[in-house]
Amino acid sequence: MDKSKIQEELKEIITVYVPDKKILDNITLEHDLINDLKINSAHIVDIVLDVEEKYDIMIEDEAIMKMATIGQAIQVINDKLEEK
Amino acid sequence: MSKLLEEIIALLPYRAPFLFVDALEEITENGSKGYYQLKKDEYFYQGHFPNNPITPGVILIEIMAQIGLVCFGIYLSKTKLKNQETSFVPIFTSAEVDFLGPVYPEDQLEITSRKIYYRFDKLKCLVTCRNIITNQVVCKGEFSGMIVNKDKIDQ
Repeated sequence: MDKSKIQEELKEIITVYVPDKKILDNITLEHDLINDLKINSAHIVDIVLDVEEKYDIMIEDEAIMKMATIGQAIQVINDKLEEK
Repeated sequence: MSKLLEEIIALLPYRAPFLFVDALEEITENGSKGYYQLKKDEYFYQGHFPNNPITPGVILIEIMAQIGLVCFGIYLSKTKLKNQETSFVPIFTSAEVDFLGPVYPEDQLEITSRKIYYRFDKLKCLVTCRNIITNQVVCKGEFSGMIVNKDKIDQ
């Protein structure tokens, strides 16, 4: 799947969990979900569950640790989709 | 109450006047059920409200969280907690509830919790609080939290 499409879809998924939506206008691959986007760390689990449902993939405990930034999250999703 | 349920209550870190679990009826992989009866002289009735005691919504949330999230969470993570029973802390991460009716001193509450998910150490449940006296659902909503090692808190 096209990574820019995943980025667009991931942005849609995380929007509800980002307190200040203005940050999303200039979002980059380097943005850290917790430190830059200020997402409550407890909501990372909700994002992972939304991602799993959207792409019909399974993300393990180890993988969630590698999803700190937007770019890393896209990579994990992309890898899982290729495994399918 | 079974020995296991008694053990779970004993593991709760709360104490009076902030322990809101009288008894647990059952806990399974899918949910928990327990009871709390508001005492006539709970400390918060002094101010909420003078001469007109009504149980504060935040206290209902706390009662529901202690039975529906913390007791249930201890059950689900019990094997992992075994060796660190004194050093865990429950962290309340979110609640979205509707309050549907008033709760007065001495009302008896039945709390029922149903698991929505338990992933990556986070537990999310649909929790219902029923007033046994009036047979009315007085509060209902989604609760989330996690149980963590005390040392991790500062990170």
